[in-house]
Amino acid sequence: MRPAAAFGIAALVVAAGLLAPKLPVNTYYFYAGYVVLQFVAVATAWNVLGGYGGYINFGAAAFFGAGAYAAAGLFKAFGLPLPLQIMAAAGVGVALGAAMGYLTLRVQGVYFAIATLSLVVVLETLVHNVEYLGGARGLAILAPPAPAWFGGRTQFAFFVMLAVAAASVLAAWLIENSWIGRGLRAIRASESAAECAGVPTLKLKILACAVSGGLLAAAGAPYPYYASYIEPGTAFSLTVGLNAIAMPLIGGTRSWAGPVMGAVLLGTLQQVATVTISSELNVLLVGLALIAFVAAAPNGLLSLPRRPRSKDAIRHD
Amino acid sequence: MTDSIVTMTHIIVAARGVEKSFGAVKALRGVDLTLREGERLGIIGPNGSGKTTLIDCIAGVLGPDRGEIRLAGRDVTRLPPHRRARLGLARTFQIPQPFKGMTVLENLLVPLDYSGGPDRLGQALAVLRSVGLDRRRDDPAEALSQLELRKLELARALAGSPRVLIADEAMAGLSEAEIDEVLKILFRLNESGIAIIMIEHIMHAVMRFSERIQCLETGRVIAEGTPAAVAADPVVQRVYFGEQARR
Amino acid sequence: MLLLDLALNAVATGLMLGSIYALLALGLAITFGILHVPNIAHPALMVVGAYALALANAHGLDPIAASVPVAAAFYAAGLAFYEVYYRLFERRGGTDTLQSLTLFFGLALVIEVALLMGFGADPKSVDVPYVGQSWTVGLVTLPYRLLVPALLSPAVMLLLWLYLKLSRAGLAIRAVASGETPLAIVGIAPRRVKRHAFGLATASAAFGGAALVILGPVGPFSGHAQIGRVFAVVVLAGMGSIPGTLAAGLAIGVAESLVSSFLDPSWSQGVAFAILLATLAARPTGLFGVPR
Repeated sequence: MRPAAAFGIAALVVAAGLLAPKLPVNTYYFYAGYVVLQFVAVATAWNVLGGYGGYINFGAAAFFGAGAYAAAGLFKAFGLPLPLQIMAAAGVGVALGAAMGYLTLRVQGVYFAIATLSLVVVLETLVHNVEYLGGARGLAILAPPAPAWFGGRTQFAFFVMLAVAAASVLAAWLIENSWIGRGLRAIRASESAAECAGVPTLKLKILACAVSGGLLAAAGAPYPYYASYIEPGTAFSLTVGLNAIAMPLIGGTRSWAGPVMGAVLLGTLQQVATVTISSELNVLLVGLALIAFVAAAPNGLLSLPRRPRSKDAIRHD
Repeated sequence: MTDSIVTMTHIIVAARGVEKSFGAVKALRGVDLTLREGERLGIIGPNGSGKTTLIDCIAGVLGPDRGEIRLAGRDVTRLPPHRRARLGLARTFQIPQPFKGMTVLENLLVPLDYSGGPDRLGQALAVLRSVGLDRRRDDPAEALSQLELRKLELARALAGSPRVLIADEAMAGLSEAEIDEVLKILFRLNESGIAIIMIEHIMHAVMRFSERIQCLETGRVIAEGTPAAVAADPVVQRVYFGEQARR
Repeated sequence: MLLLDLALNAVATGLMLGSIYALLALGLAITFGILHVPNIAHPALMVVGAYALALANAHGLDPIAASVPVAAAFYAAGLAFYEVYYRLFERRGGTDTLQSLTLFFGLALVIEVALLMGFGADPKSVDVPYVGQSWTVGLVTLPYRLLVPALLSPAVMLLLWLYLKLSRAGLAIRAVASGETPLAIVGIAPRRVKRHAFGLATASAAFGGAALVILGPVGPFSGHAQIGRVFAVVVLAGMGSIPGTLAAGLAIGVAESLVSSFLDPSWSQGVAFAILLATLAARPTGLFGVPR
């Protein structure tokens, strides 16, 4: 597929999303659909560095929350409209990703994982102590009403998140099918061999980290609008961090389709679970599923190689 | 075997006084190495003598504690490996490191992303043909045999159009016929102008291939010269004979 | 005089906190530093220990006394867990570190949410006579809830250090850290040695839990607040050095305390994180570690 076609498909999806508010369905489906789309965006974003490059980010919640708070803060300070909030939040995410990448990607992947995990705590603590952003109590967001076409703020939020998710998947697709994606796959397979083959591994890793961070932040940016409220616990939530990893792992890390499938599948299941059982049990089950998946994967879940066919390979000599 | 005239050719790789320690272990105690354009240099030595450490320093995977590395006259001691690759240095790994999850062809496209010309696909296919892997081009790297993996290592190194190739035990684990095949490829590459450093345990191969040999032991060069001279050197014999006796 | 007072107390508090951080990091120092197993579930495990001790305390037991049987139970659990872990990962031909990291991440989460579901969100605490009182030496006030765990820490660390240095099992553990071949030659299965080391590391979580619960109330997610510090200690110390862990803990504790007293308490989390990043950027092998 050529890039132009990919852009076209993304545009079509967004256009379809414009028509969705006209469907005679219960508002609940937009409410729940937002969450699923949010996870599509989060899982796709995480996978750019985690799946393509093999560097596991345990702090997706940090970037997500940073995006959410950037959006909320900018709205409170300047009354920025939602699209601008998202772009600004993405900028914050890119900067944060580039900085984290620069500081921690020069050593083994373990340290990056540890640093990102710590980042969540640091940012959450930071926000707790900033009164302007509501501190521990949180901040109420009194956003202006949605454009009339959408019929409601939930429908508008749904559409916005659809656009963000489509943009994320498009970005992932573009990366995957470019020299960047190829370089990242080489890094994941064998970083030292990649480096000796001429791949600028550090630059690519930082790039992937920045893109991933920007997309994660963009996924978090519409949240204050959607929920009319933001507080540190939900912005930096465990669910986001956990799902960011579980969804690509379960759906497939090799290409853009995996995180999408994982997000739709797991996200829908979780929506059902949260309604029927408790949200804690929901997190517990996802955690157990993650453990089971990691334990059961034959040859390293994160390597996901095709089974070697050397015994059956037909030699063309 | 072609003779090469050594007198006025340029030095393409120069390592001076390279030292490297890992904690209390001193892997390299001041090693010098000179490689001229188009030359075939063999490096031998028992396990743990520092051969791969030396290669890692020359390739840039490790930074030496002391000493300098020069590529075509340029100081590259602190340069990362990918920059050295752009300057024409290529290496293969002792244990092959194919890019798993990618096809054979894709494995070659990776270095060509940085060193390739306008027809990258054509270049990749040409390199694959030259090592005899073109029929396997759409197969996943994981499906290759040991010999094919070694060939892939070489192919990937060649895709960058190198001036120097470091072959780190490129024939380990191969049968006699397979060793011959790899040697043929290496000779052909050398004839096309690529200087080659061969690190090997397989004595007859390295003796046959090299114009000059250096023998390492516990981080030092203990002998240097033509294959015949080194083979006859009593110091070298003791080092290897000693190893045989221990086994 | 006020400045001196503030400074002395900040340093004293920092040393005590730092000592505690070292104890919290001890288990991770062993598993990560010596076994190369990235057990990031260790803080969650300490919370379990804290809960167990709070429960014991509700029945009238002193937390430090109770931590010994809890440590024994944790040791057994650690042995069992390592067996499973070994079958899953080590035997498959080398650890894919990131895969096992993900395993432990999931494990930590499951532990925390299970505690939340089982005990509710309210933090647990212990009722011990000395908590609430302090010992004043000159200008410096040493609250017992800080001092007692701070003294427990070097005691436990010293015991472990002596064990590793002097006992045969300890020697085997240190040998495993540098490579398995020598052990296999002597006829000791590396797996048994590693399992024993993992058991010890898990047992230390009981003492970490004791420190946490004496220090203050512990909730299901209290481990999160300690993650940054624990990692910073392990990275700053460098892999596998127990005295290094104590030194690194003290350094971080004092740095945090000074920042807290002279700048703002809310920056204290950031201090450990900043140290972590700086160490990774400047000297990834840590102060006392040996590069592999």
